[in-house]
Amino acid sequence: MDEAAILLERHTPALRRYAFAMLRQHDAADDLVQDCLERAISHWHLRQRDGDLRAWLFTILRNQFISGYRQKRRRGPHVAWDEVPDSVAVGGSPDSTTMMREIFVGLDTLPEDQKSVMLLVGVEDLSYDEAARVLGLPIGTVMSRLSRGRENLRIYLETGRTAVLRRVK
Amino acid sequence: MIERHNPIGEDDLHAYVDRRLQPERVEAVEAYLNSNTEVASRVSAWRAQRETLRDQLAAKAAEPIPARLRISSIRAARRQSRLRQFRMIAASAAWLFAGGAVGWITAKSDWSVPRPVPAVMVSDAISAYRTFVVDVSHPVEVKATEGDHLVEWLSKRLGQPIKAPDLTAFGFRLMGGRLLPASTNGIAAQLMYDDDHGTRLTLYLRNGEKGETAYRFVREGNVSAFYWIDQGLGFALSAAASRERLLPIVEAVYQQVEGPERAIR
Repeated sequence: MDEAAILLERHTPALRRYAFAMLRQHDAADDLVQDCLERAISHWHLRQRDGDLRAWLFTILRNQFISGYRQKRRRGPHVAWDEVPDSVAVGGSPDSTTMMREIFVGLDTLPEDQKSVMLLVGVEDLSYDEAARVLGLPIGTVMSRLSRGRENLRIYLETGRTAVLRRVK
Repeated sequence: MIERHNPIGEDDLHAYVDRRLQPERVEAVEAYLNSNTEVASRVSAWRAQRETLRDQLAAKAAEPIPARLRISSIRAARRQSRLRQFRMIAASAAWLFAGGAVGWITAKSDWSVPRPVPAVMVSDAISAYRTFVVDVSHPVEVKATEGDHLVEWLSKRLGQPIKAPDLTAFGFRLMGGRLLPASTNGIAAQLMYDDDHGTRLTLYLRNGEKGETAYRFVREGNVSAFYWIDQGLGFALSAAASRERLLPIVEAVYQQVEGPERAIR
């Protein structure tokens, strides 16, 4: 295997995990990762040689997630984040505790940026700086998204109610 | 080194949860949490949700990489699609030569004979290019600096998602775009780019086009244009530049617009 393949495959498991956490459908998540890897290969010459490959890949993946999501929204009937039914597929073992199932439902009540920051920082171990690059936001804004995301999720898990304003469609 | 007695902020609390604090700051945060039980309970809830998420998602990252996501499979699929693309281009080139009907593509064509739609489209595109590219004060209707608004607006009016290709690799920056009437029943959008030398380039998109074509080239005066139809959208890339200069750009545009955003799933 050449350098590009080795480097890309090193990050593939993490990309699959983030994609799955965002979509929580295994096939759709892998479709997203496939699109991301295709784009990374075709734009390989555009990456910054000494730059952070992992942050670059997450940026591509997230941008594709967002454009796919927007496209779906434009297509009429849709399920918004704050209307996702409780029955959505949840990863993990079948004997997951309520807290474990609830956490994904709670995560889905959050706006995409809060959710992404929580996953990128909390699960993928990106630094705040890297997360800021992925989201294209100043670091201070990333910190406040993280703070709001965690606090919203805490309130949801403790009260069963979303603290996020429901958008009127 | 961070001052030990700096007041504790929200940032410190999150960095504490994420174990990203300097050791001496950890002490300060822990001392603070010991005397602020309400904050401490929030922080421990944050840490618990973080750990739960990590635990729940650990299995996903431990899975073996599926065959279709191996880089070798993705490359093989790309080679296949390039080959298809090459065949389409070769076929259309052959078609151009074979027909003897090359006349319609040039300005010399007989106007009484209905011209194929792509030819109408490309001539509209070139007219639009000539009209707006020389405009100094209002070359575009909506500037690229307005961000997503431009693409969202044009997508909405065209009734299908479009995107503005990134041509910075070729030194071209997106200036903005505008909406145009089309001589057919459709609506057209024009995206304009420029480079450091003031060369302007436009990507013209029009809805309601039928069929699917590989790209074709036409030159009218000093303007070169490549055009093609893909999934109901007609595209024309125009610039006062040589065919050779435009070709790599058109390939990049082609690749970007037929990307995942427009792929049918």
